[in-house]
Amino acid sequence: MRDSHDPRRFSNWNLNRRDLFGLGAGALAATYGLAAQAQTAAKPTAPPPAKPTGVVVVGLSQEPVSFNPLMPGVEVDEVVWTSVFNSLWVAEPDGTLRPDLALAVPSEANGGISDGGLAWSVKLRDNVKWHDGTAFTAEDVKYSLELINTAGFKARTRVGHAFVRDILVKGPHEISWRMEKAYAPYLAMLANTHIVPKHILGKAADPNTAPFNNAPVGTGPFRWGTRQPGDNITLVANESYHGDGPYLEKAVLKYIPDLTALYAQFRTGQVDLVIISGIPANFYQEAIKLPGRKVAVAPSGNLEIIMPNLGNKAFAEKAVRHALYAAMDKQAIIDAIYYGVPKPTESFAPRESWAFNPALPVQQRDLARANKLLDDAGWKRSGSGTRMKNGVPLEFAVSTTTGNQLREQCQQLIQQDWQQVGAKMTINNMPAAVIWGEFYVRSKFESLLVGTTFRTGVDPDPASRFASDAIPVKGGSGGNYMQWENAEADALMKEGQETFDQEKRKAIYFRLQEIVREELPILPIFQYAPIEGVKEGLIGYRPNINQRQNAWNMGSWYWAK
Amino acid sequence: MIGFLLRRLGQALLLLLIVSVIGFAILHLAPGGPLSQFAAGGDMTQADLDRIAEQLGLNRPLPVQYAEWLWRMLSGDWGRSYRDQQPVLHIIASHIGATLELMLTSTLLAMLLGAWVGILGAIKRYSIFDSLATIGAMIALSIPTFWFGLVIIYVFSVGLGWLPAGNRYTVGDGSFLNQLHHLIGPCIVLALVSTAVWSRYMRSSMLDVINQDYVRTARAKGVPERSILLRHVLRNALLPMITITGLHVPTLLSGALVTETVFTWPGMGRLFLDSISYRDYPVVMGILMFSAMLVLLGSLIADLLYGVADPRIAGSH
Repeated sequence: MRDSHDPRRFSNWNLNRRDLFGLGAGALAATYGLAAQAQTAAKPTAPPPAKPTGVVVVGLSQEPVSFNPLMPGVEVDEVVWTSVFNSLWVAEPDGTLRPDLALAVPSEANGGISDGGLAWSVKLRDNVKWHDGTAFTAEDVKYSLELINTAGFKARTRVGHAFVRDILVKGPHEISWRMEKAYAPYLAMLANTHIVPKHILGKAADPNTAPFNNAPVGTGPFRWGTRQPGDNITLVANESYHGDGPYLEKAVLKYIPDLTALYAQFRTGQVDLVIISGIPANFYQEAIKLPGRKVAVAPSGNLEIIMPNLGNKAFAEKAVRHALYAAMDKQAIIDAIYYGVPKPTESFAPRESWAFNPALPVQQRDLARANKLLDDAGWKRSGSGTRMKNGVPLEFAVSTTTGNQLREQCQQLIQQDWQQVGAKMTINNMPAAVIWGEFYVRSKFESLLVGTTFRTGVDPDPASRFASDAIPVKGGSGGNYMQWENAEADALMKEGQETFDQEKRKAIYFRLQEIVREELPILPIFQYAPIEGVKEGLIGYRPNINQRQNAWNMGSWYWAK
Repeated sequence: MIGFLLRRLGQALLLLLIVSVIGFAILHLAPGGPLSQFAAGGDMTQADLDRIAEQLGLNRPLPVQYAEWLWRMLSGDWGRSYRDQQPVLHIIASHIGATLELMLTSTLLAMLLGAWVGILGAIKRYSIFDSLATIGAMIALSIPTFWFGLVIIYVFSVGLGWLPAGNRYTVGDGSFLNQLHHLIGPCIVLALVSTAVWSRYMRSSMLDVINQDYVRTARAKGVPERSILLRHVLRNALLPMITITGLHVPTLLSGALVTETVFTWPGMGRLFLDSISYRDYPVVMGILMFSAMLVLLGSLIADLLYGVADPRIAGSH
């Protein structure tokens, strides 16, 4: 258990810990109720305006630069994608899929998915228009799905799409295709696949360099307006939008790279909303007291973990992983470094997911157990205090991004924890562009402190991160950079991909989480808790763990009058 | 003169080639790559990353990549940003305006202030004003730009609320006055060092001319002091200043890099830093070549103006 009297870790902490717990609880409650809803609970929600009115300024610490939603991009680019484009269906905060361009989400029950998951059929809305006035049809969907698999096209990902065969346009608003194999996560992948216009991109000499990529035309609630590179992007209301809204006349996406400057501008009112990397944890206490601002912890599917490289002799041994995990003071990391905001986790799945197993054993800091595990496994203490086994010292590096002060402090705490059980941890940090390159994807690290997700889009399937055939250095394709191999887990993940029944899948992923917790191919620390802030009066902001950013429903935002 | 010009142009081209080789090698030999931003998110698989690396030509040998880049550059194609998908020239063009606005305004401010302080310091040599100007210049030259920028923000934005804390303009208000308001902070910071340098140059240049024989002759002839200063001294003392301005371009560029970061100014400096952190090779190389050209052009103009200022130098070309 945490030693709360240790002055090394808790200096200046005991004074305000109680306050923070109280505030944290409030914020976490708001996580689910959300800022806007919390605000509306106090006074009745004003109805949306009859006609788009007002402007919202969204503060972003990264600049959106990739506007073709099928090409490579990062989460901040999705702020533009989800506002300018539509997908066939959309993942709601509770994990359900809501039809968007499609009339219904296909399932085995409604006949949209048949032949054991191999035949898919989708009926589309007939009242959708592209921003240039052209009618949206099934040809656009066919074109988009084909473009992703086109040889020279720089598609972001072909996961799931690569199984699509024989796309057939059955009518202007009906489409079907066959899958090479049954693949349940494809539903979630399609929720994040935005449909692009055939009549524009199809005519481009090269879709990779088409003018469309810098002035996208979609079907979404907002039209592309203007862009001042390095500064802002303005989106304008699409008044002939097929769905509800938009209610705002304009949305300005303002790029402010410095997090402190971003927070300062949110404080002074130059920015109405701070999302994604959000408000730094050190400002949290101050931020939640700001008048006229609602600040809440938003859910996130990302986990902060120690990723050991199982190709390393010491880490290959399960007893070592268990000992190191038992020696870690997770709560101290969360309390002392992250101001008590995030919650510890034992699973690779986010706790808001329908596939989350809440019954996993909870990690307890237990140095005696950690020492016993290492003793039993034959790791003997040497004169220097570092354990040895067969001439190999229990010594390894933990790498993370240079300049991330919170992670650097976290490394120092873990270093001291592990030193107490005879494990010598060194720190070997590198700039982001270095560490997440070959060093990461070719498993050249000894271990990493990393924030990442173990899902396929919003689907709980973690096969691309845990399956034995997803280890790049062993010829696989995927993100199993820790090189974990487990036959039972492989079989479960395969079964999970081929099963469309959510209850059956739930049982599969519950068991998978037990295996991962038992095998510890990753040492989970906490689930991310980004702090986001909204100016009072902005209605409709709804954090969504099943989206990569929380401006996903900007079309339904409006200002209370 | 034409021979000199051609010789200098030849040298400039050779220098550009050397800059490009060194820049390209350093950039590509540094570990990490442009795809790391996608790998970090865990959204793309190794197959996706490999496919994109191949499409971008990142898996080819370095000399081949360089040769391709050089060939494209020579044919006027500076490449496309890996991150932004846009042509590099287009990206540079969209950021150069903000930097030029900052550089030109601060240069103008620094020139006027620097000249005034320098002239007054020379006329009233060893006066209290001159001593204060000397101390002020020393302090200005010693202050780190980023620190001074933060002080300006802290005092005038956070404390007094007179100036905006950053950005080129307020969203929704692109008026001239609003832009001017935003320009004050970074402009003061960028002009500080130049003012200090130019006031020292101006002062010594004035003193050189004041002691010339023709000035003494003019005085002996009874020409009024004001006329001597304006017609005989200032005109001749200003000429070297013009050439110094040309040589000062690199300093301004590096100063803009820091100032733009502190004041969240959407110019070339911030673009350069962003592009380096994303390993956006085509944009970094584009900015590098563009800056090198600007520096070479600045020094060429300075050389030519030296000739104009002093025909003896022009003759020696």
